[in-house]
Amino acid sequence: MSLLRVNDIHTYYGRIHALKGVSLSVDEGEIVTLIGGNGAGKTTTLNTICGITPAASGSILLRDRDITRMRPYEIVQLGVVQSPEGRKIFTRLTVRENLEMGAFSRNDRDGVARDMEYVFERFPRLRERQKQLGGTLSGGEQQMLAIGRALMARPQILLLDEPSMGLAPLLVREIFDVITYLNRESGTTILLVEQNAQMALAIADRAYVLQSGYVTHADTAAALQNNETIKQAYLGG
Amino acid sequence: MTTTDATPVAPLGRRFIYKPRNWFLENTIRSPLRLVGLIFVVFIAYVALNNIVTGSYRIDQFARQTIFGLAQGSVYALIALGYTLVYGILLMINFAHGEVFMSGAYIGFFVITALQNSGFLYTNTGIALLITVFSGVLASVTIAVALERIAYRPLRNAPRLVPLITAIGASIALQQLFLRLFGVSTRRYPDVNFYVLPQLFPNLECHEVDGAEICRGLDLISGRYDVNVLGINLRILPIHFLVFFVALVMMAALWFYIQRTKMGKAMRAVAEDKSTAALMGVNVDRVIVTTFVLGAALAGAGGVLYALYNQQVTPFIGFIPGIKAFTAAVLGGIGNIPGAMFGGLFLGVVESVAPSMLGLSNQLKDVIAFSMLVLILIFRPTGILGEVLSHKKA
Ligand SMILES: Nc1ncnc2c1ncn2[C@@H]1O[C@H](COP(=O)(O)OP(=O)(O)O)[C@@H](O)[C@H]1O
Ligand SMILES: [Mg+2]
Repeated sequence: MSLLRVNDIHTYYGRIHALKGVSLSVDEGEIVTLIGGNGAGKTTTLNTICGITPAASGSILLRDRDITRMRPYEIVQLGVVQSPEGRKIFTRLTVRENLEMGAFSRNDRDGVARDMEYVFERFPRLRERQKQLGGTLSGGEQQMLAIGRALMARPQILLLDEPSMGLAPLLVREIFDVITYLNRESGTTILLVEQNAQMALAIADRAYVLQSGYVTHADTAAALQNNETIKQAYLGG
Repeated sequence: MTTTDATPVAPLGRRFIYKPRNWFLENTIRSPLRLVGLIFVVFIAYVALNNIVTGSYRIDQFARQTIFGLAQGSVYALIALGYTLVYGILLMINFAHGEVFMSGAYIGFFVITALQNSGFLYTNTGIALLITVFSGVLASVTIAVALERIAYRPLRNAPRLVPLITAIGASIALQQLFLRLFGVSTRRYPDVNFYVLPQLFPNLECHEVDGAEICRGLDLISGRYDVNVLGINLRILPIHFLVFFVALVMMAALWFYIQRTKMGKAMRAVAEDKSTAALMGVNVDRVIVTTFVLGAALAGAGGVLYALYNQQVTPFIGFIPGIKAFTAAVLGGIGNIPGAMFGGLFLGVVESVAPSMLGLSNQLKDVIAFSMLVLILIFRPTGILGEVLSHKKA
């Protein structure tokens, strides 16, 4: 049984048909990556899973439970947590308040405090800056905060939308290390959207390639890394 | 639910940033409007100073008017907070908020009258007043929640002009509703005597009862006392201090709620970015309703306080205070909570003090209030405490 299964979803922005029958699945403990060019529909796929841009048709199942028509906050309560594209830190909340917002749907105070401690241990910079406003952090720190904030929700499955976007190569490495660590050590299931296909495929178990709202390839990450078409289009030849 | 917006838009008016080199040049030649404003400010300051020096404006007038201004300003601040809270979250001016205030005062009238008729108002004045305030709050909250659900929520994703016009329509509809239901006639809050602290004020409100003198203490609601403070003879109305004090307590409670509680933090998160707040598990609709509830509660309490010292209640009493409070919110920086508190108090005091300080008729106080708005916006387009609107909001 897949943890998350997306069946043939169609999503529209007004008259723009952004997803034209996207299907994918993520098993427990996997890292699955979703790659594709700009405007392919990657963000829309994540937002449709999270209920932000509901699907016009198709279905989304979390452990065989239908979440297609649920509201975003209900989906979060079930453990589907997204760290959105562009990080979307609350700039006028402090670093600590940002993390508290991540834990919004939880009521176990002690657990939240423990997880906050865990995030601070994982990202010591955030502990130093916990009283600062989110908007004062650097890009790399904001990405740490965005991931930390998502972790505060204790996700069953973590959806990451382009976590490496706009970061210096050294920071990109660090972010990918964190993602791998979360998966290997904490067993967090991850659906990773990336434009940096090379690095995404390097850490993922399986991958989907999205193009103009269609899934064009679905295979193991290793197989796609050696696929000529994919190499040409996404891996720089 | 709105969709995510991927491309950041350059905020309007920030595109041509240049560092001001010369304050004088900046405010005169480069910006003729500011020059006009500056001349006007200098002129006003001259007139005021002249009136003070020649003694035609006296310190006792100033003290009395400041106290009244603080009371009036407290009511403005309580209403202004509702405008600013809703604007902060929905970027919408809830023009029916004046009517939310009015409904609190109006329903409060029925309750306090009933309490008067039952005699409870005399036997348990404090509790009766609390009940009145509470029912005013309840009425305002009910109206505001209904407004949000019926008039504004269906238009959440409509162009911004649409809910604005709807709000004006809702304002008129509510006035007319109260008019048809309860008639045009002016309702009058009863005269209430609420005596407190006889130990602290042993010489106040003394009467002969069966040959013995009994002193009942300070009359908080209807009392008027001539006192001499630092050599200035003043007539003090405790109600003005009461209104100011209650408003301060409510504003402090609001501040605590917004800064410290989980819901308050969610509110700030929703104000900044609805989609991301939803991704955190926040029920955005519930936060929006809570915002309306908070704003309405403050307005309802403000309505009853206002009616306690103004006494007159009609379906139209929301209009002028509503506009004034809106002015106060813009003055302080709309969307900014301390701005609304400060703007309200500031407007109340200026409006009360300025006419006679400038040697003008008191009837010109509205002109003064709105002129001040224009003047301040010339120099600080985002209001006194307002920040430059973040591009997420624009
Ligand atoms: N808010 C929106 N309104 C209208 N069209 C949108 C919106 N967001 C995305 N789109 C369109 O939907 C398509 C998919 O976009 P998106 O999911 O953001 O792609 P990706 O994340 O792969 O870059 C694009 O054609 C884009 O122009
Ligand atoms: Mg995207």
